[in-house]
Amino acid sequence: MAANSSAAPFLSFSSSLSCPSPSRRLLPLPVRRGSPPLRRRIPAVQAKIREIFMPALSSTMTEGKIVSWVKAEGDRLSKGESVVVVESDKADMDVETFYDGILAAIVVPEGETAPVGAPIGLLAESEDEVPLAKAQAQSQSQVQSHSSSPPSPPPPSDPTPSPAPTAAVKPEAEGPRKAVATPYAKKLAKQHRVDIEKVVGTGPHGRITPADVEAAAGIPPKKPIAPAPTSAPAATPVTPSPAPTTATKASAAPLPPIPGSTVVPFTTMQTAVSKNMVESLSVPTFRVGYPVMTDALDALYEKIKSKGVTMTVLLAKAAAMALAQHPVINATCKDGKSFTYNSSINIAVAVAIDGGLITPVLQDADKLDIYLLSQRWKELVSKARSKQLLPNEYNLGTFTLSNLGMFGVDRFDAILPPGQGAIMAVGASKPTVVADGDGFFTIKNKMLVNVTADHRIIYGADLAAFLQTFSKIVENPESLTV
Amino acid sequence: MQASLSISLSLPPAPRSDPAPAASLAALRPFALRFCGLRREALGLRPLRPAGSTRIFPSPARTSSRKTVAAVSGNGSPSKAFDYDLVIIGAGVGGHGAALHAVEKGLKTAIIEGDIVGGTCVNRGCVPSKALLAVSGRMRELQNEHHLKALGLQVSSPGYDRQGVADHANNLASKIRNNLTNSLKALGVDILTGVGTLVGTQKVKYGKVGFPDTEITARDIIIATGSVPFVPNGIEVDGKTVFTSDHALKLEWVPDWIAIVGSGYIGLEFSDVYTALGSEVTFVEALDQLMPGFDPEIGKLAQRVLINPRKIDHHTGVFAKKITPAKDGKPVSIELIDAKTKEPKDTLEVDAALIATGRAPFTKGLGLENINVVTQRGFVPVDEHMQVIDASGNLIPHLYCIGDANGKMMLAHAASAQGISVVEQICGKDNVLNHLSIPAACFTHPEISMVGMTEPQAREKAQQEGFEVSVAKTSFKANTKALAENEGEGLAKLIYRPDTGEILGVHILGLHAADLIHEASNAIALGTRVQDIKFAVHAHPTLSEVLDELFKSAKVNTGVSPSSVNEPVTV
Repeated sequence: MAANSSAAPFLSFSSSLSCPSPSRRLLPLPVRRGSPPLRRRIPAVQAKIREIFMPALSSTMTEGKIVSWVKAEGDRLSKGESVVVVESDKADMDVETFYDGILAAIVVPEGETAPVGAPIGLLAESEDEVPLAKAQAQSQSQVQSHSSSPPSPPPPSDPTPSPAPTAAVKPEAEGPRKAVATPYAKKLAKQHRVDIEKVVGTGPHGRITPADVEAAAGIPPKKPIAPAPTSAPAATPVTPSPAPTTATKASAAPLPPIPGSTVVPFTTMQTAVSKNMVESLSVPTFRVGYPVMTDALDALYEKIKSKGVTMTVLLAKAAAMALAQHPVINATCKDGKSFTYNSSINIAVAVAIDGGLITPVLQDADKLDIYLLSQRWKELVSKARSKQLLPNEYNLGTFTLSNLGMFGVDRFDAILPPGQGAIMAVGASKPTVVADGDGFFTIKNKMLVNVTADHRIIYGADLAAFLQTFSKIVENPESLTV
Repeated sequence: MQASLSISLSLPPAPRSDPAPAASLAALRPFALRFCGLRREALGLRPLRPAGSTRIFPSPARTSSRKTVAAVSGNGSPSKAFDYDLVIIGAGVGGHGAALHAVEKGLKTAIIEGDIVGGTCVNRGCVPSKALLAVSGRMRELQNEHHLKALGLQVSSPGYDRQGVADHANNLASKIRNNLTNSLKALGVDILTGVGTLVGTQKVKYGKVGFPDTEITARDIIIATGSVPFVPNGIEVDGKTVFTSDHALKLEWVPDWIAIVGSGYIGLEFSDVYTALGSEVTFVEALDQLMPGFDPEIGKLAQRVLINPRKIDHHTGVFAKKITPAKDGKPVSIELIDAKTKEPKDTLEVDAALIATGRAPFTKGLGLENINVVTQRGFVPVDEHMQVIDASGNLIPHLYCIGDANGKMMLAHAASAQGISVVEQICGKDNVLNHLSIPAACFTHPEISMVGMTEPQAREKAQQEGFEVSVAKTSFKANTKALAENEGEGLAKLIYRPDTGEILGVHILGLHAADLIHEASNAIALGTRVQDIKFAVHAHPTLSEVLDELFKSAKVNTGVSPSSVNEPVTV
């Protein structure tokens, strides 16, 4: 190959007369296997025929043009050899093969383009499979030529659940079209694999605007100023992993320093907390409080605390059971347009640790029994204190519990962490004089809980109903140990 | 201070070993050649400046230059038989450049302008478009969150005021226009107002409409009437929704979606402006690829950098057969036909259409028929000295045509260089302008610039003449300054003869490419060869090191160059 390349930052190249090909970089195909985004050859096979897919050479690439086939049909390929030169939106790159075999058929010829993920050629393992592969290629190209039916997706026998997109975009119809789409709308449609023919145009003269395509693709319109809340599951109040250290916007003018003050920069964890707290301001929240009588729960706790059960775990279990009956409280609002119902109930519990706060998550808290849950909790807490929590142990929460009752706090107000629908703040349980309907006064242990929720998806009545359920569970705690 | 020395555009490629002509020319024109007339203001205020600055050129030509400079203030004395030594029809950049040089040469000069001083470049071309592009460049930077973030900057919701942008362009044009007018006045060039018409070979009449014409005689006449936007048949220009660059530069509105017919310099620059201001753009190009005039490799990269990532799509290989302006609530409609088969292909419905299909010479009403000149597609035929050729193929004495009107190279600075060359010719000095040394630039973000031949042109010539061609390239990604600016996208390409080291062409796409090209164009103009220029030192870290590296990466096999004996070791 006449590719002039140097991986060094000093990218200088010179070509002479003998080198007619334009500058081109060799696609740095990773040898690592199974790293999903980089896997370009997906073994979607019946028999021993592999499809060569249009690789995604950059994050913005939606389709690629075949500059040239380095190998011809019938050529024998060995692993690591350049097979085809693909032009992406950024550069021309040589694409190499992961497998030995014979290039049985070229599905997309030179000069034509194919969407990322679409088969561009077929690789047969041995001579015997070549005719079969050719037949397959023929049927494939036929399918593609009839633009009315989308290209057949790779056979369902594909064993590797690969995130590489397989659904090919229908080739753009030639000739005059009824629907008028703006240039950017067309680009967006390609990028998000939206069939532009099916988009209803709302622009002037009925044209399809970028906003129409975005709406069809389910993308929230970009707000010019307010940064959109970050993707939900990754963000819990705390992220000890190196979080992006983008400083929060310095909105207020810096106040004059007070003499003698010291400035201590945030740790990574504190930065993450700070970021999440500022982010929470973009969510419209409201709060509902509820008194819960805990005499029965306290009695139960006394009974089983010798088995390692803590009050926190009991409350988490109770919340999880209540959530199971009120899935909306366990839901998330990701884009301001829809409910995302979470399939499992994962209770994040706030834990104060040295210099910060972390929220280990009790996964499937509604399903595990109280003893297993307690055991799990013990592990999590010790891991949290030694800062050894794994990301999936602190960032998969769907509902958060924060308990300050042990400090004697009677009630408080929690800030909703980004990516969750609700958080429960639990105060101390205190003996309280209570009057019943018959006018009798009794002393009961009363605990105030206060739930903060995202009002885009959770309404006051939802929260009230949930709290009622929670209170019933706590007041009749037998079910907690079942 | 007048620190810049003149670029010797008017010089033929001279042997490097002979510094005398260059120095003398420099002494005669001690100012940088004004591409669009910017530098003249200083001269207008200080007309005696040239005498001082000649002192820094100790050369054999020194005495003669003093003589001519002394004549400057008097605007020469007319030859007895004529009203003027030189009359220039058209006060654009070409006419202006010629007039200034003529005054320096001691010629009594007049310039006839029927419209406004400055011509297309200053009023409806390069100058106001640079104002718009300055805005679009900044908008691009402010809107590029990724880029700003990488620099650690935070900017919230940049916006613009259309009228403010339009005013900036308009103010710039009037400022440059005034500079130009003042410089002419200060030098004593007579500005005659009215439409100039040739009556005979050395006779011109001029006058405003409705007023009696005045006839004047001149020993020599230069036609410099320039060009107007070319609008193909079938396109109805209403100046509101279907318009040319003339209207677009006023920026009366910013359409949501605009079709640009033609993807040359003008179209490309406007696509840069409109997309930065929020429009979506559709290119309509008759040829099979966008940016047909560029070196193919540069064109390909330009498409990747300037077209694909932006809100632009395109139709190539199609003609806009019919364009109807928006009316009665209907959008602008563009009927496309296949450029080859002429079959209908598509109909576009857009908010506006900009016609950027090139420019047509403005030679009507010049009275060319009075002197037996037949234009070719409107262009005035000229020889290599810009002398006008009549219908029977003979040179017409004392009549020259420069700039867009002759169609040799439709660039403002080419017109000016041609004008200077003609004045040299008139003054008895044989002078042929080397058009291959004239740079061209497209002021997109990033910019594109070029001088000399494209690679296919060079290879064709090489095949005909039997020499070898080599190509060297460097990337902006390797340049410290470009990386500091976080603008590493770009390529510089050198096309040269490996046997002699002659530079055939240089093409640059990248940050400030338009400013970088002059090292190469000067080298071509002066005949500097690769093996010599590679030893020139460039300040570090600057973008000019892109060219430094480019020259250094070229491989010349002369082996006989005396300078190679003591070659210093460079890394």
